[in-house]
Amino acid sequence: MEVISFLADGILLALEPINFALIILGVTVGLFIGAMPGLGSVNGVAILLPITFLVPPNSAIIFLAAIYYGAMYGGAISSVTLGIPGASTAVATTFDGRPLALQGRASLALVTAALASFVGGTVANVLFTLFAPVLASTALSFGPPEIFALMLLAFATFVGLGGDDIPKTVFSICLGLVLAAVGFDTISGEPRLVLFEIDGFMRGIGFIVLAIGVYGIGEMLWTIEQTRGEVTTTNPKMTAKGMASDAKEAMQRGWKGTTIGSLIGFFVGILPAAGATPGSLMSYGVAKMMSKTPEDYGNGSPDGVAAPEAANNSASTGSMLPMLTLGIPGSPTTAILLGGMVIWGLTPGPRLFLDETEFVWGLIGSFYISNIAALVINLAFIPLFVWMLRMPFTILAPLIFVLSIIGGFAASRSMHDLWLIVIFGIAAFFLRKFDYPLAPAVLAIVLGPIAEPTLRQSLLLSSGDPMIFFNRPIAGPITIVAIILILLPGLKFLRRKRAMAKN
Amino acid sequence: MKLTKRLFLALAASTTIATLPIAAFADGWQPKRPIDFTIMAGAGGGADQIARFIQSVVEANDLTNRPLIPTNRGGGSGAESLLHLKDARDPDHTLLVTLNSFYTTPIRQEALGVDIETFTPIIMMGVDPFVLWVHKDSGITTFEDFVTKVKEMDGEFVMGGTGTGQEDSIVIAYMSGAYDLKIKYIPYDGGGAVAKDLAGKQIMATVNNPSEAKGFYESGDFVPLLAFSDERMDAYPDVPTLKEKGHDFSYYNQRAIVGAPGMSDEAAAYYREVFGKVYDSEKWQGYLVSESLSPLIMDEAETRAYWSRQVQNHRQLLSEMSN
Repeated sequence: MEVISFLADGILLALEPINFALIILGVTVGLFIGAMPGLGSVNGVAILLPITFLVPPNSAIIFLAAIYYGAMYGGAISSVTLGIPGASTAVATTFDGRPLALQGRASLALVTAALASFVGGTVANVLFTLFAPVLASTALSFGPPEIFALMLLAFATFVGLGGDDIPKTVFSICLGLVLAAVGFDTISGEPRLVLFEIDGFMRGIGFIVLAIGVYGIGEMLWTIEQTRGEVTTTNPKMTAKGMASDAKEAMQRGWKGTTIGSLIGFFVGILPAAGATPGSLMSYGVAKMMSKTPEDYGNGSPDGVAAPEAANNSASTGSMLPMLTLGIPGSPTTAILLGGMVIWGLTPGPRLFLDETEFVWGLIGSFYISNIAALVINLAFIPLFVWMLRMPFTILAPLIFVLSIIGGFAASRSMHDLWLIVIFGIAAFFLRKFDYPLAPAVLAIVLGPIAEPTLRQSLLLSSGDPMIFFNRPIAGPITIVAIILILLPGLKFLRRKRAMAKN
Repeated sequence: MKLTKRLFLALAASTTIATLPIAAFADGWQPKRPIDFTIMAGAGGGADQIARFIQSVVEANDLTNRPLIPTNRGGGSGAESLLHLKDARDPDHTLLVTLNSFYTTPIRQEALGVDIETFTPIIMMGVDPFVLWVHKDSGITTFEDFVTKVKEMDGEFVMGGTGTGQEDSIVIAYMSGAYDLKIKYIPYDGGGAVAKDLAGKQIMATVNNPSEAKGFYESGDFVPLLAFSDERMDAYPDVPTLKEKGHDFSYYNQRAIVGAPGMSDEAAAYYREVFGKVYDSEKWQGYLVSESLSPLIMDEAETRAYWSRQVQNHRQLLSEMSN
């Protein structure tokens, strides 16, 4: 087995003192960058890229990949403790992580997230090691129609998410899609929906802005109004024994979500246009669908935390695959890593895997080590994060507000985005009062920018014939499954109505 | 509060490393605060790659006493960056890393009110040629084969490129016009996505920059057919140019650094010296060769003349395209 010896060499390389030290540093930095709402692995990797000039390329990429890894773990932390997704990859983690925290089980949620991330990362590493070249050619067979079909599937798995009020869910999705369409249209090359002719809208509305507004500001206003500031949700005592029992519970109640998330995350992650966010959202949706107790989802199900967290880690390893085997970025972060490779004098592309074995396998080896390091460091910091929740709400609330504003500004360095965050926050507060689900809007702003161009590219390819989504061997089955899933809740709803009419 | 403290320590540490040694400009103008290094495209694209490469050379050699802060402002096909520079409050500390949307975007979006000829020339780091690529499985090996094939397919030949009304579509439109070709054009949001879909045979040809297609060329998947450069390229000596075929057309993506309008002469001189050193560095010279960029060294007056020629050319190309 040639692969095993390559991998062994790679792991040894990753364990060299300088590399190991960089892994520990990178994972820790990544963990905190990921935990900060607004900042994600993209920011961390971009900021630290020039520093890596000081060390050999092997160590540099290992360091940056460790940041990427750490940030994937860290994203869950603010989703659970603050209720703000730290990055788009951790949106689905808020759905059940936040309720668990409000029930005083923040530690269970964080431990579940850490363990699921570890399993997801490990499963992806093994698949990566064994099947990299085969999977690379699969990734290439996904053109615009296939990616669109996949996005349709992602939306479909979420139709039931907003609860029973289908019109309000549809409204929320449409709102998100409209916001996603603001800015510049790649296909026509023209600006569109530049609201009030304000130049800031040229850039469009980013996920971060909406998510921080909705979860950071809107949710906080709502909580203040509901509780008049007297939030007594959490009284967590952190002991080693408590964490051990949480870990046991996490394994018992989260294994199913972890399994689903690990597999779906990896396969969605290797597709260059898709990446970790759709992967984690789809995993949540599928885990809910396959659950015997779907009603637990959204009310603090460990499976609901495990599925997206396993998926986003698995997908982030997966997105390294097109980067290393084809020289194509699977996510914005890997795009920056590719830029780094050029700086270090490497040529990304199909030859990299064959010509630069030490570099490639050193990186793959470091995935295994980073994953273990991230688990240990993350578990060690959980008491700290849970302790934050013990702060009186009168302190925590302004703190969240400040973090939201800093995070929102740091991502784009634009005042325009800050005003939008505040406006979205206030709008979200009122929508929430009128019982509009907001998660679908957030999903739409994440998936819309992938779905819309691929839909239009596909239709350009077929000269306007929608059959392109049905008569291609990969797109066809995915589209059909998606359509069935979309129609399912409608059929159930009709049947229930008919049954009610009979009574 | 340890969370934010940690993060800021990490960030502070990175800035400290970046600023530690003071640059060796004894006299003259020096930056007083961090330098806004705006990138006219999103993270990971060609312009972004070059900006971060330049930043790494500046930092490795301690060329500035204040750090360059790269910020991606790619919105509206670069409109966001152009407005940012036009309205810069501190023109002495505001730089832009450009591509050709520097010319096309103000023409296509006149409402912006941006006149790039008011901007301050700093340096042209190189120009990036365009090459016509097909997949090896297509069986096409020469440009003549390509023309025959496109004509046979009568409008069903699919090419991909970055955006509409931008570099790739300009090159493809010129070629189609010159050879009377009917090509179905699919716009993508970046050169990487275009190369990927040619590798996966979702599209049939591209006009990627060599840096974007190089990996697949070296693995033997992509075949170069025609270069849109003035002369044959060193990296592809057997590939003919469109000029050899008798059409007076060449097209390059400019990789330049530009200052905000109203930048003082002293500041501009300072930046020219800094980036001149980057340009002369072994690293950058190596990059020019490995990424097949052509040098195009110009002083300030020549750059201004070059800009006004480019604006005219693009105005003409874009108006021919829309006819």
